[in-house]
Amino acid sequence: MNRSDKFWHWMGTIARQAIVILATLMSLFPVYFMVVSAFKTRGEYIANKWGLPTVPILDNFATAFAGEKFLIRFANSTILTVGSVGISLIIACLAAYAFARMDFPGKRAIFNVLLSLMVVPPVVMLVPLFVSMVHLKLVNTYPGTTLIYVGLLLPFSVYLMTNFFRTIPREIMEAAHIDGASSFGVFWRIMMPLSAPAVITLIVVNALWVWNELLIALVFMQKDELKTLMVGITALRSKHYVDIPVTMAGLFIATLPIVVLYMFGQRYFIRGLVSGAVK
Amino acid sequence: MMVALLFVFGYPVARLIMMSLQRTSKGQEVFVGLTNYMALFQDEVFIRAVRNNLTLVLNVPVMVVVALLLAIFLFERIRGWKIYQTTLFLPYLLPIVVVGLIFSYIFQLSGVLNEALVAIGLPQLALDWLGSPKLALWTIMFVIIWKEVGLGVVLFLARLMSVEEELFDAARIDGANWWRLQWHITIPQLSTVIEFFTIISVITMLSWVFNYVYVMTAGGPGNSTMVTELYVYLQGFRYNQMNLAAAASVLILVITGVLIFVQFRLRERAGEEETFA
Repeated sequence: MNRSDKFWHWMGTIARQAIVILATLMSLFPVYFMVVSAFKTRGEYIANKWGLPTVPILDNFATAFAGEKFLIRFANSTILTVGSVGISLIIACLAAYAFARMDFPGKRAIFNVLLSLMVVPPVVMLVPLFVSMVHLKLVNTYPGTTLIYVGLLLPFSVYLMTNFFRTIPREIMEAAHIDGASSFGVFWRIMMPLSAPAVITLIVVNALWVWNELLIALVFMQKDELKTLMVGITALRSKHYVDIPVTMAGLFIATLPIVVLYMFGQRYFIRGLVSGAVK
Repeated sequence: MMVALLFVFGYPVARLIMMSLQRTSKGQEVFVGLTNYMALFQDEVFIRAVRNNLTLVLNVPVMVVVALLLAIFLFERIRGWKIYQTTLFLPYLLPIVVVGLIFSYIFQLSGVLNEALVAIGLPQLALDWLGSPKLALWTIMFVIIWKEVGLGVVLFLARLMSVEEELFDAARIDGANWWRLQWHITIPQLSTVIEFFTIISVITMLSWVFNYVYVMTAGGPGNSTMVTELYVYLQGFRYNQMNLAAAASVLILVITGVLIFVQFRLRERAGEEETFA
């Protein structure tokens, strides 16, 4: 390498590092802004918007928690998330087992339909779903909304589990069959324990999705005491008087479960997304 | 395939189409032909919404290029690349609602951004980012890119990791410079993932941006950030014009349907040997 090559090599390295650092700072700034603001008094927020709080306070969190229906909303989001993730997981595992290891007519066709349903935007289904739900008297109920979420989660869930089940060698199943295990026995005692990583992936991806969802929650959980956290948060925007530090504390609490879940399943989460895309 | 598709989709879609051809009059559903569709195309707000969705599609090339560049840099193992990957992916994870609200405080007229601009002596750049009909859509576009780029980075990087090192080494030995290396090796190797990310992103821009708009501007100021999803929501669930909402949904379905079909074909082509091998 001659001197000028070396120079350009160095420049390239510095430029790359600079671009990546800039992008990272931009990614982090809103989160940083949320966190520091949550620990400031109103006075300090107005005087010093971007710096660290001089004296961090916790009052905002107390106020947010005590805030109008905050805990109810938090509970509503939790109920919907746990319910729909749990139910879709059970159905997806059973269906995926059939897709991966059984033969039935139309298997390929049904699987292809599932694939294309993965990206159908919910807004398209909003009107017919609402009409059906009104008929079934399921609007403004936990079961109704859970049902919709389960339906929306299933295509991706079945797809992911099927792909995973296919990687488990047939020989293991056949051996168990010869030993006299039933189909369900094979599923429950062999496939499921081997599938822990895929199951964790699915739980993380789906829980994030339901927790963050807005449109369905807005339409199907309209009653004030049924509103989810995300719907509650959007109402803040249009308020005339907003205590920004308290709001930030509330946003912080609303985001925390997601971040914890992500840290817990980061490896699995990325793997899940990638397998949904690359394959 | 078609039969199964009709079966699963059949009922809700048939229902949707029926509703889009009807109007409610004195509690009775009356067939009105294409009246609802005509009404849509004469509604300035709807036209505006469609135009805005199409403008949002301009995000896609930007997202692909930025994600590609970042993924390549990380792949070159610049110092701390793992930490960068985690932080770059963070935005994708956060609830849009939360992010949108934070950004609306950042972009307020008296928000952090403008204070910073004044502080560094550029008060003329301190604009009303979300409050001006000219700027609001662009501001939202920035937030969408900010949030969605991380997915691209992760997808591209994961694919790059599975490319055989020898390919890159061979090209380097042949004396390929950085640009040629990316152009002749990286991009062709990534082509299926790039296609996937592009189509998914186009679908997102056309039919998954409700949250951003609803939280940051609610379509305003003066419908300048109206999008088709918000239009469906407002017509159907605020103004009680279910039939109009149904017609708009049908149009969204047709457009995304075409894209979904394209994506499906690509997926089929890429995964032929994996699916039911």
